[in-house]
Amino acid sequence: MKLRYLSDLGKFVLWQKEVFRKPENWGMYYKELIRQMYDIGIGSLPIVLLIAVFLGAVTVVQFYYQMEGTLIPPYYIGYIVRDMMIIELAPMVTCLVLAGNVGSTMAAEIGGMRQKEHIDAMEIMGLNTSSYLIMPKLIAAAYVVPLLVCVAAIVGIIGGYLASVPADLFTQAEYVQGLRAFFIPFNVVMMLVKSVTFAIILVSVSCFQGYFVKGGSIELGAASTRAVVYSDILILLADYFIVVLLTQ
Amino acid sequence: MIRAEGIFKQFGDQEVLKGVDFTFESGKTNLIIGRSGAGKTVLLKILVGLFPPTQGRVWFNDIDYTNLDKKGILAIRKKVGMLFQGNALFDSMTIEENIRFPMDMFTPMTSLEKQMRVDEVLERVSLSGVNLKYPSEISGGMQKRVGIARAIVLKPKYLFCDEPNSGLDPKTSITIDELISDITNEEDITTIINTHDMNSVMEIGENIILLEAGRLAWKGNKEQVLGTVNKELDAFIFASPFLKKLVEAAKNNGKNSLENL
Ligand SMILES: Nc1ncnc2c1ncn2[C@@H]1O[C@H](COP(=O)(O)OP(=O)(O)O)[C@@H](O)[C@H]1O
Ligand SMILES: [Mg+2]
Repeated sequence: MKLRYLSDLGKFVLWQKEVFRKPENWGMYYKELIRQMYDIGIGSLPIVLLIAVFLGAVTVVQFYYQMEGTLIPPYYIGYIVRDMMIIELAPMVTCLVLAGNVGSTMAAEIGGMRQKEHIDAMEIMGLNTSSYLIMPKLIAAAYVVPLLVCVAAIVGIIGGYLASVPADLFTQAEYVQGLRAFFIPFNVVMMLVKSVTFAIILVSVSCFQGYFVKGGSIELGAASTRAVVYSDILILLADYFIVVLLTQ
Repeated sequence: MIRAEGIFKQFGDQEVLKGVDFTFESGKTNLIIGRSGAGKTVLLKILVGLFPPTQGRVWFNDIDYTNLDKKGILAIRKKVGMLFQGNALFDSMTIEENIRFPMDMFTPMTSLEKQMRVDEVLERVSLSGVNLKYPSEISGGMQKRVGIARAIVLKPKYLFCDEPNSGLDPKTSITIDELISDITNEEDITTIINTHDMNSVMEIGENIILLEAGRLAWKGNKEQVLGTVNKELDAFIFASPFLKKLVEAAKNNGKNSLENL
Protein backbone atom coordinates (compact mmCIF):
# COMPACT_ATOMS: atom_id res chain seq x y z
CA MET A 1 0.00 0.00 0.00
CA LYS A 2 2.75 2.43 0.93
CA LEU A 3 4.61 1.25 -2.15
CA ARG A 4 1.68 2.31 -4.27
CA TYR A 5 1.91 5.88 -3.00
CA LEU A 6 5.60 5.86 -3.81
CA SER A 7 5.16 4.50 -7.30
CA ASP A 8 2.31 6.94 -7.92
CA LEU A 9 4.60 9.75 -6.84
CA GLY A 10 7.27 8.54 -9.24
CA LYS A 11 4.75 8.26 -12.05
CA PHE A 12 3.50 11.75 -11.26
CA VAL A 13 6.97 13.27 -11.37
CA LEU A 14 7.87 11.55 -14.66
CA TRP A 15 4.53 12.58 -16.12
CA GLN A 16 5.35 16.28 -15.67
CA LYS A 17 7.79 16.03 -18.56
CA GLU A 18 4.90 15.09 -20.85
CA VAL A 19 2.59 17.75 -19.43
CA PHE A 20 4.99 20.56 -20.15
CA ARG A 21 5.76 19.71 -23.76
CA LYS A 22 5.62 22.31 -26.49
CA PRO A 23 2.06 22.59 -27.85
CA GLU A 24 1.35 21.20 -31.31
CA ASN A 25 -0.86 24.15 -32.07
CA TRP A 26 -0.78 27.28 -29.92
CA GLY A 27 -4.18 28.43 -31.14
CA MET A 28 -5.96 25.29 -29.98
CA TYR A 29 -4.21 25.39 -26.61
CA TYR A 30 -5.13 29.03 -26.24
CA LYS A 31 -8.77 28.28 -27.01
CA GLU A 32 -8.72 25.55 -24.39
CA LEU A 33 -7.03 27.91 -21.91
CA ILE A 34 -9.79 30.49 -22.31
CA ARG A 35 -12.47 27.84 -21.93
CA GLN A 36 -10.83 26.57 -18.73
CA MET A 37 -10.46 30.07 -17.31
CA TYR A 38 -14.11 30.67 -17.90
CA ASP A 39 -15.13 27.30 -16.42
CA ILE A 40 -12.97 27.65 -13.32
CA GLY A 41 -13.58 31.35 -12.76
CA ILE A 42 -17.20 31.91 -13.64
CA GLY A 43 -18.21 28.34 -12.83
CA SER A 44 -17.13 28.48 -9.22
CA LEU A 45 -17.73 32.17 -8.54
CA PRO A 46 -21.21 31.73 -6.96
CA ILE A 47 -20.14 29.10 -4.43
CA VAL A 48 -16.96 31.03 -3.60
CA LEU A 49 -18.96 34.23 -3.01
CA LEU A 50 -21.49 32.44 -0.86
CA ILE A 51 -18.88 30.81 1.32
CA ALA A 52 -16.77 33.96 1.62
CA VAL A 53 -19.72 36.07 2.82
CA PHE A 54 -20.53 33.61 5.58
CA LEU A 55 -16.89 33.09 6.54
CA GLY A 56 -16.49 36.81 7.12
CA ALA A 57 -19.81 37.11 8.92
CA VAL A 58 -19.15 34.19 11.26
CA THR A 59 -15.61 35.33 12.01
CA VAL A 60 -16.84 38.78 13.06
CA VAL A 61 -19.68 37.51 15.20
CA GLN A 62 -17.51 34.95 16.94
CA PHE A 63 -14.72 37.40 17.68
CA TYR A 64 -17.23 39.88 18.97
CA TYR A 65 -18.53 37.16 21.29
CA GLN A 66 -15.03 36.25 22.50
CA MET A 67 -13.99 39.84 23.06
CA GLU A 68 -17.15 41.16 24.60
CA GLY A 69 -16.44 42.50 28.06
CA THR A 70 -12.67 42.50 27.56
CA LEU A 71 -10.54 45.60 27.30
CA ILE A 72 -9.70 45.00 23.66
CA PRO A 73 -11.05 47.89 21.60
CA PRO A 74 -13.87 46.91 19.19
CA TYR A 75 -12.04 48.20 16.12
CA TYR A 76 -9.62 45.30 16.53
CA ILE A 77 -12.31 43.10 15.06
CA GLY A 78 -11.97 44.77 11.66
CA TYR A 79 -8.24 44.18 11.79
CA ILE A 80 -8.62 40.55 12.80
CA VAL A 81 -11.17 39.76 10.11
CA ARG A 82 -9.10 41.41 7.41
CA ASP A 83 -5.93 39.52 8.21
CA MET A 84 -7.66 36.21 8.86
CA MET A 85 -9.38 36.43 5.50
CA ILE A 86 -6.22 37.46 3.67
CA ILE A 87 -3.70 35.19 5.31
CA GLU A 88 -5.67 32.05 5.88
CA LEU A 89 -9.39 31.78 5.33
CA ALA A 90 -9.74 33.10 1.79
CA PRO A 91 -6.96 31.05 0.16
CA MET A 92 -7.46 27.94 2.25
CA VAL A 93 -11.22 27.62 2.24
CA THR A 94 -11.61 28.76 -1.37
CA CYS A 95 -9.12 26.16 -2.52
CA LEU A 96 -10.61 23.38 -0.42
CA VAL A 97 -13.96 24.20 -1.98
CA LEU A 98 -12.42 24.36 -5.45
CA ALA A 99 -10.82 20.95 -4.89
CA GLY A 100 -14.28 19.55 -4.23
CA ASN A 101 -15.82 21.42 -7.12
CA VAL A 102 -13.29 22.00 -9.90
CA GLY A 103 -10.95 19.16 -8.91
CA SER A 104 -13.54 16.42 -8.88
CA THR A 105 -15.01 17.68 -12.16
CA MET A 106 -11.61 17.64 -13.83
CA ALA A 107 -10.87 14.12 -12.58
CA ALA A 108 -14.24 12.88 -13.79
CA GLU A 109 -13.96 14.64 -17.15
CA ILE A 110 -10.47 13.37 -17.94
CA GLY A 111 -11.18 9.94 -16.47
CA GLY A 112 -14.30 9.68 -18.63
CA MET A 113 -12.24 10.58 -21.68
CA ARG A 114 -9.77 7.86 -20.77
CA GLN A 115 -12.50 5.26 -20.36
CA LYS A 116 -14.35 6.20 -23.52
CA GLU A 117 -11.04 5.98 -25.43
CA HIS A 118 -11.16 9.68 -26.31
CA ILE A 119 -7.60 10.00 -25.03
CA ASP A 120 -6.47 7.06 -27.17
CA ALA A 121 -8.22 8.61 -30.16
CA MET A 122 -6.37 11.90 -29.64
CA GLU A 123 -3.07 10.09 -29.13
CA ILE A 124 -3.56 8.25 -32.42
CA MET A 125 -4.12 11.55 -34.17
CA GLY A 126 -0.63 12.43 -32.97
CA LEU A 127 -1.61 14.72 -30.13
CA ASN A 128 0.27 14.78 -26.82
CA THR A 129 -2.79 14.42 -24.60
CA SER A 130 -0.94 14.85 -21.30
CA SER A 131 -0.07 18.29 -22.44
CA TYR A 132 -3.27 19.27 -24.27
CA LEU A 133 -5.60 18.11 -21.52
CA ILE A 134 -3.62 19.30 -18.50
CA MET A 135 -1.39 22.28 -19.30
CA PRO A 136 -4.24 24.70 -20.17
CA LYS A 137 -6.03 23.71 -16.96
CA LEU A 138 -2.91 24.31 -14.87
CA ILE A 139 -2.22 27.70 -16.38
CA ALA A 140 -5.87 28.74 -16.22
CA ALA A 141 -6.08 27.79 -12.55
CA ALA A 142 -2.80 29.50 -11.69
CA TYR A 143 -4.25 32.73 -13.09
CA VAL A 144 -7.87 32.50 -12.07
CA VAL A 145 -7.67 30.97 -8.60
CA PRO A 146 -5.68 33.89 -7.11
CA LEU A 147 -8.32 36.23 -8.54
CA LEU A 148 -11.07 34.17 -6.95
CA VAL A 149 -9.19 34.23 -3.67
CA CYS A 150 -8.86 38.03 -3.82
CA VAL A 151 -12.57 38.30 -4.46
CA ALA A 152 -13.23 35.91 -1.58
CA ALA A 153 -11.11 38.01 0.79
CA ILE A 154 -12.92 41.22 -0.14
CA VAL A 155 -16.35 39.62 -0.01
CA GLY A 156 -15.48 38.05 3.35
CA ILE A 157 -14.64 41.47 4.74
CA ILE A 158 -17.94 42.79 3.38
CA GLY A 159 -19.68 39.81 4.98
CA GLY A 160 -18.12 40.76 8.29
CA TYR A 161 -19.45 44.28 7.89
CA LEU A 162 -22.97 43.06 7.06
CA ALA A 163 -23.09 40.83 10.11
CA SER A 164 -21.92 43.46 12.57
CA VAL A 165 -22.61 47.09 11.74
CA PRO A 166 -26.35 46.76 10.89
CA ALA A 167 -26.71 44.63 14.03
CA ASP A 168 -25.09 47.40 16.09
CA LEU A 169 -22.24 45.25 17.40
CA PHE A 170 -20.03 48.29 16.77
CA THR A 171 -20.00 51.27 14.44
CA GLN A 172 -19.03 51.45 10.82
CA ALA A 173 -16.23 53.85 11.74
CA GLU A 174 -14.77 51.35 14.16
CA TYR A 175 -14.88 48.51 11.58
CA VAL A 176 -13.21 50.67 8.94
CA GLN A 177 -10.63 51.87 11.40
CA GLY A 178 -9.79 48.23 12.10
CA LEU A 179 -9.57 47.40 8.41
CA ARG A 180 -7.03 50.17 7.98
CA ALA A 181 -4.94 49.34 11.03
CA PHE A 182 -1.60 47.51 11.09
CA PHE A 183 -1.71 46.63 7.41
CA ILE A 184 1.27 44.57 6.22
CA PRO A 185 1.41 44.33 2.41
CA PHE A 186 3.46 41.14 2.67
CA ASN A 187 0.36 39.31 3.87
CA VAL A 188 -1.15 39.83 0.45
CA VAL A 189 1.94 38.29 -1.09
CA MET A 190 1.48 35.32 1.22
CA MET A 191 -2.14 35.02 0.09
CA LEU A 192 -1.09 35.01 -3.56
CA VAL A 193 1.68 32.48 -2.99
CA LYS A 194 -0.80 30.23 -1.25
CA SER A 195 -3.43 30.59 -3.96
CA VAL A 196 -1.09 29.76 -6.80
CA THR A 197 0.39 26.80 -4.93
CA PHE A 198 -3.00 25.41 -3.97
CA ALA A 199 -4.31 25.89 -7.50
CA ILE A 200 -1.41 23.94 -8.97
CA ILE A 201 -1.85 21.20 -6.38
CA LEU A 202 -5.55 20.75 -6.92
CA VAL A 203 -5.37 20.75 -10.72
CA SER A 204 -2.38 18.47 -11.08
CA VAL A 205 -3.55 16.00 -8.45
CA SER A 206 -7.05 15.84 -9.92
CA CYS A 207 -5.88 15.53 -13.52
CA PHE A 208 -3.42 12.81 -12.52
CA GLN A 209 -6.21 10.82 -10.90
CA GLY A 210 -8.38 11.17 -13.97
CA TYR A 211 -5.72 10.60 -16.60
CA PHE A 212 -4.54 7.27 -15.23
CA VAL A 213 -7.94 5.88 -14.28
CA LYS A 214 -8.66 2.28 -15.20
CA GLY A 215 -11.79 0.15 -15.20
CA GLY A 216 -15.34 1.45 -15.17
CA SER A 217 -17.71 3.85 -13.48
CA ILE A 218 -16.91 2.67 -9.93
CA GLU A 219 -13.21 3.34 -10.48
CA LEU A 220 -14.10 6.69 -12.02
CA GLY A 221 -16.05 7.64 -8.89
CA ALA A 222 -13.18 6.47 -6.71
CA ALA A 223 -10.70 8.50 -8.74
CA SER A 224 -12.87 11.57 -8.41
CA THR A 225 -13.04 11.09 -4.64
CA ARG A 226 -9.29 10.52 -4.42
CA ALA A 227 -8.77 13.71 -6.39
CA VAL A 228 -10.60 15.69 -3.71
CA VAL A 229 -9.14 13.90 -0.70
CA TYR A 230 -5.52 13.98 -1.89
CA SER A 231 -5.83 17.60 -3.02
CA ASP A 232 -7.26 18.58 0.36
CA ILE A 233 -4.53 16.81 2.30
CA LEU A 234 -1.76 18.26 0.14
CA ILE A 235 -3.28 21.74 0.34
CA LEU A 236 -3.33 21.54 4.15
CA LEU A 237 0.28 20.36 4.22
CA ALA A 238 1.38 23.02 1.77
CA ASP A 239 -0.46 25.67 3.79
CA TYR A 240 1.53 24.73 6.85
CA PHE A 241 4.87 24.77 5.06
CA ILE A 242 4.19 28.06 3.32
CA VAL A 243 3.26 29.72 6.58
CA VAL A 244 6.33 28.35 8.33
CA LEU A 245 8.62 29.39 5.50
CA LEU A 246 7.15 32.84 4.88
CA THR A 247 6.77 33.93 8.49
CA GLN A 248 10.33 33.10 9.55
CA MET B 1 2.98 -2.35 -45.18
CA ILE B 2 3.06 -3.07 -41.46
CA ARG B 3 5.00 -5.98 -40.07
CA ALA B 4 4.62 -7.55 -36.65
CA GLU B 5 7.77 -9.35 -35.62
CA GLY B 6 7.68 -11.76 -32.69
CA ILE B 7 5.15 -9.80 -30.66
CA PHE B 8 4.73 -10.87 -27.05
CA LYS B 9 2.56 -9.07 -24.52
CA GLN B 10 2.11 -9.73 -20.85
CA PHE B 11 -0.17 -8.00 -18.37
CA GLY B 12 1.11 -8.93 -14.92
CA ASP B 13 1.51 -12.68 -15.19
CA GLN B 14 -1.17 -13.07 -17.87
CA GLU B 15 0.40 -13.77 -21.24
CA VAL B 16 -1.96 -12.23 -23.80
CA LEU B 17 0.15 -12.45 -26.98
CA LYS B 18 2.61 -15.28 -27.43
CA GLY B 19 4.77 -14.46 -30.41
CA VAL B 20 2.81 -13.09 -33.35
CA ASP B 21 4.60 -12.70 -36.69
CA PHE B 22 2.74 -11.31 -39.66
CA THR B 23 2.88 -8.86 -42.53
CA PHE B 24 -0.13 -6.63 -43.17
CA GLU B 25 -0.13 -5.65 -46.82
CA SER B 26 -0.74 -2.19 -48.29
CA GLY B 27 -3.83 -1.42 -50.31
CA LYS B 28 -5.61 -4.38 -48.76
CA THR B 29 -8.07 -5.05 -45.98
CA ASN B 30 -6.11 -7.13 -43.50
CA LEU B 31 -8.25 -8.95 -40.96
CA ILE B 32 -7.38 -10.09 -37.47
CA ILE B 33 -10.04 -12.59 -36.50
CA GLY B 34 -10.59 -14.63 -33.39
CA ARG B 35 -12.88 -15.15 -30.46
CA SER B 36 -13.47 -12.58 -27.74
CA GLY B 37 -10.46 -12.46 -25.48
CA ALA B 38 -8.09 -13.87 -28.10
CA GLY B 39 -5.99 -10.71 -27.93
CA LYS B 40 -7.15 -8.90 -31.09
CA THR B 41 -7.58 -5.50 -29.46
CA VAL B 42 -4.27 -5.81 -27.64
CA LEU B 43 -2.50 -6.69 -30.90
CA LEU B 44 -4.13 -3.78 -32.71
CA LYS B 45 -3.18 -1.36 -29.93
CA ILE B 46 0.40 -2.61 -30.04
CA LEU B 47 0.53 -2.15 -33.81
CA VAL B 48 -0.77 1.39 -33.46
CA GLY B 49 1.52 2.12 -30.52
CA LEU B 50 -0.94 2.57 -27.67
CA PHE B 51 0.76 -0.27 -25.74
CA PRO B 52 4.42 -1.18 -25.94
CA PRO B 53 4.94 -4.89 -26.63
CA THR B 54 6.73 -6.85 -23.90
CA GLN B 55 8.93 -8.22 -26.67
CA GLY B 56 9.07 -7.89 -30.44
CA ARG B 57 8.93 -5.12 -33.01
CA VAL B 58 6.44 -3.35 -35.23
CA TRP B 59 7.66 -2.12 -38.60
CA PHE B 60 5.95 0.57 -40.65
CA ASN B 61 7.61 -0.11 -44.01
CA ASP B 62 11.27 0.07 -43.02
CA ILE B 63 10.82 2.12 -39.85
CA ASP B 64 11.02 0.34 -36.51
CA TYR B 65 8.03 1.91 -34.74
CA THR B 66 8.78 0.27 -31.41
CA ASN B 67 12.13 2.04 -31.02
CA LEU B 68 11.23 5.53 -32.16
CA ASP B 69 11.57 8.69 -30.12
CA LYS B 70 8.50 10.79 -29.37
CA LYS B 71 8.99 12.90 -32.47
CA GLY B 72 9.21 9.89 -34.77
CA ILE B 73 6.13 8.37 -33.17
CA LEU B 74 4.12 11.54 -33.72
CA ALA B 75 5.29 11.68 -37.34
CA ILE B 76 3.96 8.16 -37.95
CA ARG B 77 0.75 8.87 -36.12
CA LYS B 78 -0.05 11.72 -38.46
CA LYS B 79 -0.38 9.03 -41.14
CA VAL B 80 -2.61 6.80 -39.01
CA GLY B 81 -6.39 6.82 -38.65
CA MET B 82 -8.25 4.65 -36.18
CA LEU B 83 -11.84 3.62 -35.70
CA PHE B 84 -12.47 2.55 -32.13
CA GLN B 85 -14.79 -0.18 -30.95
CA GLY B 86 -16.85 2.36 -29.01
CA ASN B 87 -16.32 5.04 -31.71
CA ALA B 88 -14.58 7.41 -29.27
CA LEU B 89 -16.39 10.39 -30.76
CA PHE B 90 -15.97 13.46 -28.56
CA ASP B 91 -19.45 13.71 -27.12
CA SER B 92 -19.41 17.39 -26.22
CA MET B 93 -18.62 18.33 -29.83
CA THR B 94 -20.89 18.25 -32.87
CA ILE B 95 -20.22 15.80 -35.70
CA GLU B 96 -18.64 18.59 -37.69
CA GLU B 97 -16.39 19.66 -34.81
CA ASN B 98 -15.36 16.04 -34.30
CA ILE B 99 -14.26 15.71 -37.90
CA ARG B 100 -12.63 19.12 -37.93
CA PHE B 101 -10.64 18.48 -34.75
CA PRO B 102 -7.62 16.77 -36.41
CA MET B 103 -7.53 19.51 -39.07
CA ASP B 104 -7.75 22.27 -36.45
CA MET B 105 -4.94 20.68 -34.50
CA PHE B 106 -2.50 19.69 -37.20
CA THR B 107 -3.08 21.62 -40.38
CA PRO B 108 -2.80 25.26 -41.40
CA MET B 109 -5.96 24.88 -43.52
CA THR B 110 -8.33 27.84 -43.70
CA SER B 111 -11.81 27.69 -42.29
CA LEU B 112 -13.30 27.33 -45.74
CA GLU B 113 -10.95 24.50 -46.71
CA LYS B 114 -11.79 22.66 -43.51
CA GLN B 115 -15.48 23.13 -44.13
CA MET B 116 -15.14 21.73 -47.63
CA ARG B 117 -13.15 18.75 -46.42
CA VAL B 118 -15.72 18.03 -43.69
CA ASP B 119 -18.51 18.01 -46.25
CA GLU B 120 -16.42 15.89 -48.59
CA VAL B 121 -15.71 13.12 -46.05
CA LEU B 122 -19.26 13.19 -44.72
CA GLU B 123 -20.45 12.76 -48.29
CA ARG B 124 -17.98 9.89 -48.73
CA VAL B 125 -19.53 8.02 -45.80
CA SER B 126 -23.05 8.90 -47.05
CA LEU B 127 -23.89 11.14 -44.13
CA SER B 128 -24.32 14.60 -45.62
CA GLY B 129 -26.29 17.03 -43.54
CA VAL B 130 -25.70 15.75 -40.00
CA ASN B 131 -22.96 18.33 -39.42
CA LEU B 132 -24.56 20.06 -36.48
CA LYS B 133 -25.88 17.05 -34.60
CA TYR B 134 -24.19 15.61 -31.53
CA PRO B 135 -22.94 12.01 -31.48
CA SER B 136 -25.64 11.01 -29.01
CA GLU B 137 -28.32 12.18 -31.45
CA ILE B 138 -27.47 9.73 -34.24
CA SER B 139 -27.70 5.93 -34.53
CA GLY B 140 -24.89 3.47 -33.85
CA GLY B 141 -24.32 2.83 -37.54
CA MET B 142 -24.13 6.56 -38.23
CA GLN B 143 -21.69 6.99 -35.35
CA LYS B 144 -19.46 4.37 -36.97
CA ARG B 145 -19.57 6.32 -40.22
CA VAL B 146 -18.63 9.51 -38.44
CA GLY B 147 -15.78 7.59 -36.80
CA ILE B 148 -14.62 6.53 -40.24
CA ALA B 149 -14.98 10.07 -41.57
CA ARG B 150 -12.87 11.43 -38.72
CA ALA B 151 -10.27 8.69 -39.19
CA ILE B 152 -9.80 9.44 -42.89
CA VAL B 153 -10.08 13.22 -42.82
CA LEU B 154 -6.30 13.75 -42.88
CA LYS B 155 -5.87 11.13 -45.64
CA PRO B 156 -4.06 8.48 -43.61
CA LYS B 157 -1.85 5.80 -45.13
CA TYR B 158 -2.83 3.35 -42.40
CA LEU B 159 -6.31 2.67 -41.08
CA PHE B 160 -7.04 0.62 -37.98
CA CYS B 161 -10.54 -0.56 -37.13
CA ASP B 162 -11.43 -2.34 -33.89
CA GLU B 163 -14.59 -4.40 -34.38
CA PRO B 164 -16.16 -1.94 -36.82
CA ASN B 165 -19.46 -3.80 -36.87
CA SER B 166 -19.92 -4.84 -33.27
CA GLY B 167 -23.38 -3.88 -32.10
CA LEU B 168 -24.73 -3.32 -35.60
CA ASP B 169 -27.39 -5.28 -37.44
CA PRO B 170 -26.11 -7.55 -40.26
CA LYS B 171 -27.19 -5.24 -43.05
CA THR B 172 -25.58 -2.13 -41.56
CA SER B 173 -22.49 -4.23 -40.77
CA ILE B 174 -22.08 -5.10 -44.41
CA THR B 175 -22.40 -1.50 -45.57
CA ILE B 176 -19.77 -0.45 -43.04
CA ASP B 177 -17.49 -3.28 -44.18
CA GLU B 178 -17.94 -2.30 -47.79
CA LEU B 179 -17.31 1.33 -47.00
CA ILE B 180 -14.02 0.51 -45.28
CA SER B 181 -13.01 -1.84 -48.06
CA ASP B 182 -13.83 0.71 -50.79
CA ILE B 183 -11.92 3.49 -49.06
CA THR B 184 -8.97 1.13 -48.62
CA ASN B 185 -8.86 0.38 -52.33
CA GLU B 186 -9.51 3.93 -53.51
CA GLU B 187 -6.83 5.53 -51.37
CA ASP B 188 -4.38 2.61 -51.34
CA ILE B 189 -4.43 2.45 -47.55
CA THR B 190 -3.05 -0.32 -45.37
CA THR B 191 -6.14 -1.27 -43.42
CA ILE B 192 -6.20 -3.58 -40.43
CA ILE B 193 -9.54 -4.70 -39.06
CA ASN B 194 -10.32 -6.69 -35.92
CA THR B 195 -13.41 -8.74 -36.17
CA HIS B 196 -15.15 -11.88 -35.01
CA ASP B 197 -17.86 -11.53 -37.65
CA MET B 198 -17.87 -14.30 -40.28
CA ASN B 199 -19.76 -12.10 -42.71
CA SER B 200 -16.88 -9.62 -42.75
CA VAL B 201 -14.40 -12.42 -43.21
CA MET B 202 -16.18 -13.75 -46.28
CA GLU B 203 -16.95 -10.27 -47.62
CA ILE B 204 -13.72 -8.32 -47.32
CA GLY B 205 -11.01 -10.70 -46.03
CA GLU B 206 -8.11 -10.15 -48.42
CA ASN B 207 -5.41 -11.10 -45.96
CA ILE B 208 -6.47 -12.81 -42.76
CA ILE B 209 -4.91 -14.06 -39.55
CA LEU B 210 -6.68 -16.06 -36.91
CA LEU B 211 -5.61 -15.41 -33.34
CA GLU B 212 -6.29 -18.14 -30.86
CA ALA B 213 -5.34 -17.49 -27.25
CA GLY B 214 -2.61 -15.06 -28.29
CA ARG B 215 -1.09 -17.28 -30.95
CA LEU B 216 -1.32 -17.05 -34.71
CA ALA B 217 -3.38 -20.14 -35.53
CA TRP B 218 -3.98 -19.66 -39.27
CA LYS B 219 -3.37 -17.24 -42.09
CA GLY B 220 -4.78 -16.93 -45.58
CA ASN B 221 -7.55 -15.16 -47.49
CA LYS B 222 -11.30 -15.50 -47.83
CA GLU B 223 -11.04 -17.95 -50.72
CA GLN B 224 -9.01 -20.29 -48.54
CA VAL B 225 -11.30 -20.08 -45.53
CA LEU B 226 -14.06 -22.51 -46.39
CA GLY B 227 -11.89 -25.30 -47.68
CA THR B 228 -9.69 -25.20 -44.61
CA VAL B 229 -8.39 -28.25 -42.85
CA ASN B 230 -7.11 -26.13 -39.98
CA LYS B 231 -8.88 -27.31 -36.82
CA GLU B 232 -8.83 -23.97 -35.02
CA LEU B 233 -10.18 -22.08 -38.02
CA ASP B 234 -12.80 -24.73 -38.52
CA ALA B 235 -13.85 -24.41 -34.89
CA PHE B 236 -14.01 -20.62 -35.23
CA ILE B 237 -16.07 -20.61 -38.41
CA PHE B 238 -18.46 -23.31 -37.35
CA ALA B 239 -19.03 -22.08 -33.84
CA SER B 240 -22.64 -21.84 -34.96
CA PRO B 241 -24.12 -25.37 -35.33
CA PHE B 242 -26.62 -24.00 -37.80
CA LEU B 243 -23.92 -22.86 -40.18
CA LYS B 244 -22.17 -26.20 -39.84
CA LYS B 245 -25.33 -28.03 -40.83
CA LEU B 246 -25.95 -25.62 -43.68
CA VAL B 247 -22.52 -26.15 -45.17
CA GLU B 248 -22.72 -29.91 -44.77
CA ALA B 249 -26.07 -29.85 -46.50
CA ALA B 250 -24.61 -27.83 -49.32
CA LYS B 251 -21.71 -30.27 -49.61
CA ASN B 252 -24.08 -33.22 -49.84
CA ASN B 253 -25.86 -31.12 -52.42
CA GLY B 254 -29.13 -32.85 -51.71
CA LYS B 255 -32.50 -31.20 -51.35
CA ASN B 256 -33.42 -33.71 -48.68
CA SER B 257 -30.61 -32.90 -46.37
CA LEU B 258 -31.47 -29.22 -46.52
CA GLU B 259 -35.04 -30.00 -45.56
CA ASN B 260 -33.81 -31.97 -42.58
CA LEU B 261 -32.15 -28.94 -41.06
N1 LIG C 1 -5.05 -3.00 -20.36
C1 LIG C 1 -5.12 -4.30 -20.02
N2 LIG C 1 -4.63 -4.70 -18.83
C2 LIG C 1 -4.68 -6.01 -18.47
N3 LIG C 1 -5.20 -6.99 -19.23
C3 LIG C 1 -5.71 -6.66 -20.43
C4 LIG C 1 -5.69 -5.30 -20.89
N4 LIG C 1 -6.25 -5.27 -22.11
C5 LIG C 1 -6.60 -6.54 -22.40
N5 LIG C 1 -6.28 -7.39 -21.40
C6 LIG C 1 -6.48 -8.85 -21.40
O1 LIG C 1 -6.04 -9.37 -22.62
C7 LIG C 1 -6.88 -10.39 -23.08
C8 LIG C 1 -7.24 -10.14 -24.53
O2 LIG C 1 -8.06 -8.99 -24.62
P1 LIG C 1 -8.51 -8.33 -25.98
O3 LIG C 1 -7.34 -8.10 -26.84
O4 LIG C 1 -9.33 -7.16 -25.62
O5 LIG C 1 -9.44 -9.44 -26.62
P2 LIG C 1 -10.29 -9.34 -27.95
O6 LIG C 1 -9.69 -10.37 -28.86
O7 LIG C 1 -11.68 -9.70 -27.58
O8 LIG C 1 -10.17 -7.96 -28.47
C9 LIG C 1 -8.09 -10.40 -22.18
O9 LIG C 1 -8.01 -11.55 -21.37
C10 LIG C 1 -7.96 -9.17 -21.34
O10 LIG C 1 -8.33 -9.44 -20.03
MG1 LIG D 1 -11.61 -6.43 -28.70
